[in-house]
Amino acid sequence: MSVAKPLPHDAAALHVTGQARYIDDIPLPANTLHLAFGLSAIAKGEITSIDLSDVHNCDGVIAVLTAHDLPFENDVSAAAHDEPLLATDQVHYNGQPVFLVIATSHRAARIAARKGTIQYNKEPTLLTLDQALAANSRFEDGPRIYEKGDASAAIDTAAHIIEDSFEIGGQEHFYLEGQAALALPQEDGGMLINSSTQHPSEIQHKVAHAIGLPMHAVRVETRRMGGGFGGKESQGNALAVACAVAARATGRPCKMRYDRDDDMVITGKRHAFRISYRAGFDDTGCLSGVEFTHLVDCGWAQDLSLPVADRAMLHSDNAYIIPNIRIESHRLKTNLQSATAYRGFGGPQGMLGIERVMDHAAHHLGIDPIELRKRNYYASPRNKCRKNTTPYGMNVTDFELHGLTDQLLQSSNYITRKAEIAQWNTTHETVKRGIAFSPVKFGISFTLTHLNQAGALVHVYQDGSIHLNHGGTEMGQGLFQKLAQVAAQCFDVDVTRIKITASDTDKVPNTSATAASSGSDLNGMAVKVACDTIRTRMAAYLAEYFHCNETAVKFLKDGVIIGDKTLSFSEAAMLCYTGRISLSSTGFYKTPSLQWDRIKGAGRPFFYFAYGAAITEVVVDAHTGENRILRADLLHDAGASLNPALDIGQIEGAYVQGAGWLTTEELVWNENGNLRTHAPSTYKIPACSDRPDIFNVALYDGEYRPDTIYRSKAVGEPPFMLGISAWLALSHAVSAFGPAYPHLNAPATPEELWQATKRVKHGI
Amino acid sequence: MTITFHLNGDEVSVPDIAPTTTLLDWLRNTRGLNGTKEGCNEGDCGACTVMVTDQDGPKALNACILFMPQLHGKSLHTVEGVANPDGTLHPVQKAMIDHHGSQCGFCTPGFIMSMVTAHTAGATDHDDQLAGNLCRCTGYAPIIRAAQAVQTAPVPKWLVTKPTQPQDALDNVMRPLSANDLAYQYAQRPTATLIAGATDVGLWVTKQLRDLDDVIFLDGCDDLKEISVTQDEVRFGALVNMNRVRETLTPIYPSYADMIRRYASQQVRNAATIGGNIANGSPIGDNPPALIALGARVHLRKQNTRRAILLEDFFIDYGKQDRSDGEFIEAITLPRGQDALRVYKVSKRFDQDISAVLGAFNIVIDQGYVTAACIAFGGMAAIPKRAKHVETALIGKAWTADTIRQAQSAFDADFSPLSDMRASALYRLETARALLARYAADLSGDHIPVLEVQ
Repeated sequence: MSVAKPLPHDAAALHVTGQARYIDDIPLPANTLHLAFGLSAIAKGEITSIDLSDVHNCDGVIAVLTAHDLPFENDVSAAAHDEPLLATDQVHYNGQPVFLVIATSHRAARIAARKGTIQYNKEPTLLTLDQALAANSRFEDGPRIYEKGDASAAIDTAAHIIEDSFEIGGQEHFYLEGQAALALPQEDGGMLINSSTQHPSEIQHKVAHAIGLPMHAVRVETRRMGGGFGGKESQGNALAVACAVAARATGRPCKMRYDRDDDMVITGKRHAFRISYRAGFDDTGCLSGVEFTHLVDCGWAQDLSLPVADRAMLHSDNAYIIPNIRIESHRLKTNLQSATAYRGFGGPQGMLGIERVMDHAAHHLGIDPIELRKRNYYASPRNKCRKNTTPYGMNVTDFELHGLTDQLLQSSNYITRKAEIAQWNTTHETVKRGIAFSPVKFGISFTLTHLNQAGALVHVYQDGSIHLNHGGTEMGQGLFQKLAQVAAQCFDVDVTRIKITASDTDKVPNTSATAASSGSDLNGMAVKVACDTIRTRMAAYLAEYFHCNETAVKFLKDGVIIGDKTLSFSEAAMLCYTGRISLSSTGFYKTPSLQWDRIKGAGRPFFYFAYGAAITEVVVDAHTGENRILRADLLHDAGASLNPALDIGQIEGAYVQGAGWLTTEELVWNENGNLRTHAPSTYKIPACSDRPDIFNVALYDGEYRPDTIYRSKAVGEPPFMLGISAWLALSHAVSAFGPAYPHLNAPATPEELWQATKRVKHGI
Repeated sequence: MTITFHLNGDEVSVPDIAPTTTLLDWLRNTRGLNGTKEGCNEGDCGACTVMVTDQDGPKALNACILFMPQLHGKSLHTVEGVANPDGTLHPVQKAMIDHHGSQCGFCTPGFIMSMVTAHTAGATDHDDQLAGNLCRCTGYAPIIRAAQAVQTAPVPKWLVTKPTQPQDALDNVMRPLSANDLAYQYAQRPTATLIAGATDVGLWVTKQLRDLDDVIFLDGCDDLKEISVTQDEVRFGALVNMNRVRETLTPIYPSYADMIRRYASQQVRNAATIGGNIANGSPIGDNPPALIALGARVHLRKQNTRRAILLEDFFIDYGKQDRSDGEFIEAITLPRGQDALRVYKVSKRFDQDISAVLGAFNIVIDQGYVTAACIAFGGMAAIPKRAKHVETALIGKAWTADTIRQAQSAFDADFSPLSDMRASALYRLETARALLARYAADLSGDHIPVLEVQ
């Protein structure tokens, strides 16, 4: 068995020796040029003049381009054609690229990029959700509404009603490797692009348009990214297009990488939300109706905001059957960076909404929040008498959380610890502990149905070595190793026989972004199809050659058994080659059973759901809001894991990143729309000591496994939302300081917790 | 000027290089050693960490804000140079593979170098050793498991660093070899930029993109790295790095030393000097409030004229200090006495974060009455500043809850802090008040720091 083994990351030995090659490490031809953007210094206005003479006069500057110099389409958007590479007559956010410096070194380009003199007619800015709402500045003609039953009536007639509104901040991806691209002009006018991207096909498409070539003339290669997290789904377009345009203009190789501050100022982040809610429930905490209003800060351009906001709506139920629900989503356009994909893709924000409702309701009734949650859970598939329909009409047929929750409550010793914490809190005045649970039910599939397809290309060479290529990209998640394990499993050979090569649009075309946690589900199946095709051809030929039935051919332990004859895999490959058997195949897969209408909010957007749950314990100081995670217990359902070590790595890392989003990671803009937290000195992702002191992570052995690659489940995004338990635990700790509900906002920075403590004490 | 040092065991000489070329750029652009990564280019992420060995032993340093002349006479190891040339991995490298300590791998070389340095030095306080290395993928747990797994493994023989060669004269115009040398050189070029650890000046080059054409590197002045501890005082030469300050103060002023544990990161503390932290005059430097609360004096020298002033008088206004052109800090002295000092650093993140508020309290209570009080804050004003109204409200009064409450209201008279990305003005002011209460609880043994809750 190759799958299910806890093998290390395929590049681990390269990582630890510094040999793993990223875009910035690729040896460059001697005449390579380097690029930097000159940026807008205001958030909104009309450009009245651009004086670039000082830029031209800088050492090493070869050329400077503005929008007028671009030969073809000036667009780097994901889909909406609303995002120019270089600003035309208008700028829409502080930090928008206005001109492009082409110079002989990275530093020369950076120095020159600061020397432009741009005059503007400033216009009023929309920097907050309130401003955008008041100005009716939005994408789409009005709010999207998904509805089931009559929420308003159900709430009005409920025994208990709660109502509140809270803020959810955005999040900077902070991939350790900044955005980077390299363009090498080819002899026939074509372009080879190396890009740190989750989406090579989109880079290919955008570059082709920008330099007026068909897609076949542009080849994009991506061996690995130094982290992506959604931030390299569309945000790499600008660099690759800039490199291609500059390479076409100069005939020389061009490279661009953002300095960290530029990266944070230019690129999009997670969408900030304000969620308002009204919920009605009975004395036992069973919800009868919930109304949500999502105000979504999409920034200045559409990018992926519509599907992000949709996914937030689609996770507004999380794990709970809500008989009557109404979700209204406003996609607001502001003069900030254009918010983009980020791990969870709106799901975390939507889920935080309903988890907040659960927490608030439990506080209101004074019952245990886990008890209340369990009462509202979707039914187990074994329980046929209860309807299990989501707000968008999909039946939940694989609900794992009953068993998973019970197992986690046991393993974490929740009930005893909760009592101990309550006791501890009675003897401590300025410092309180808190503990909280949160479950995750996360829908797996791209909601844009056509993206749920993937391809692979497998070659078996005559010496029995195997070359594997597929449409996914490696950003650290271990996708390549998992797919090598799949290929090794198909042939029952050792994984070392498999050579995994860089994602390459020349090998597998028309790929979807490696996103939506879909990488191993989609590409794994495509790899299996390709391997099975070759194996079937080999088996047929070997059966014919040795005069036996095809069913007597077995691929076993790095060899092939044909009746009473045994060949090594290498011998079998050689024999098939001399027998003129094609040992190369593509594979293709599309997810079955999907059907989705995003306007109506009805259908089956997801193939299946991934589940998990977490319990986090924290401590908070009321005087300063200083706080810390003491312990986290995570139990997560990865199906029949393709590689438990890599999956646990995803779960641990996602939890810490999710907790960071809701605690220390705060984005701050000033009144000019100038991002003040544009470097790790001011934007604080979790550091080493911020991980929980006690950190128990386990995989759940579930019952209801989807028909996926070896019945494994997607694991990239779902555990990110386990971090919600940390935020709820902070709320629980704060609630120990007084009678009122904390009404916590996110991120729960020390200052926010300090404020919440005052609210609790003084009942505000 | 030729810079000479050992690179992964081999001696290299680098002639004719711009003095503010960073080690990171030289490694990557000139030597083609691409294992050392650029993550932030400001010393906050640790992806560029290298191991530099000098007479004090191995140190992890950030290559992105380390200028080439600072390497002169030292031994440098990069991630390419820690495995045995025969291919055998360093135990730390092997453990990182076995414990799944890398995912995207971009931060990994920096982690390896911090871990190798800690391993070589025998350090096992892994969270502190790695506070300056950011990882966005793993959540750190597997990295710590790797570090723990090999902490008792012997240091590989192949990594034993060669003794550093004698300090030959690099060029004593740019790199004086004593305080006297420096005094002379600085008098000749009183507007030159003095570079000690470069943890601040480094950013002038990498972020502000400034060209510094007239620089003096202080690293060769060994006589400014001396520490003396007597019964009455502690004297730090201006070039004592922050890790040595921490080590020295641990038994003397443990609260101050514990704050230094959270001051920047291991890499930055290895480079940053106490003199540099004072001289740059930042309103958010973490040393000055603690030193002011202790009544520390700064010893200034211009050619052969020396003067000593109270540190609190050194800070005049934002960006303005009591230091004339050509005058430099030679030493800091702080009196020893009864340890009533407590230093509280409040920041969004515990480790490696600039303080929103830093409060240092030194209050003497005799038979229930406050006989002396020195309280200083960072992050509350344009300079590190004493809370004199608060002190006045305390001195001569009985040390009671009432007195403390009254003194808390005096903070408004001392400070009108700003709101910025770290905290609001209100939070700063209220936190400052709260820290006085924390101090009282601390003295009576009732304060429970959240960092110590198990």
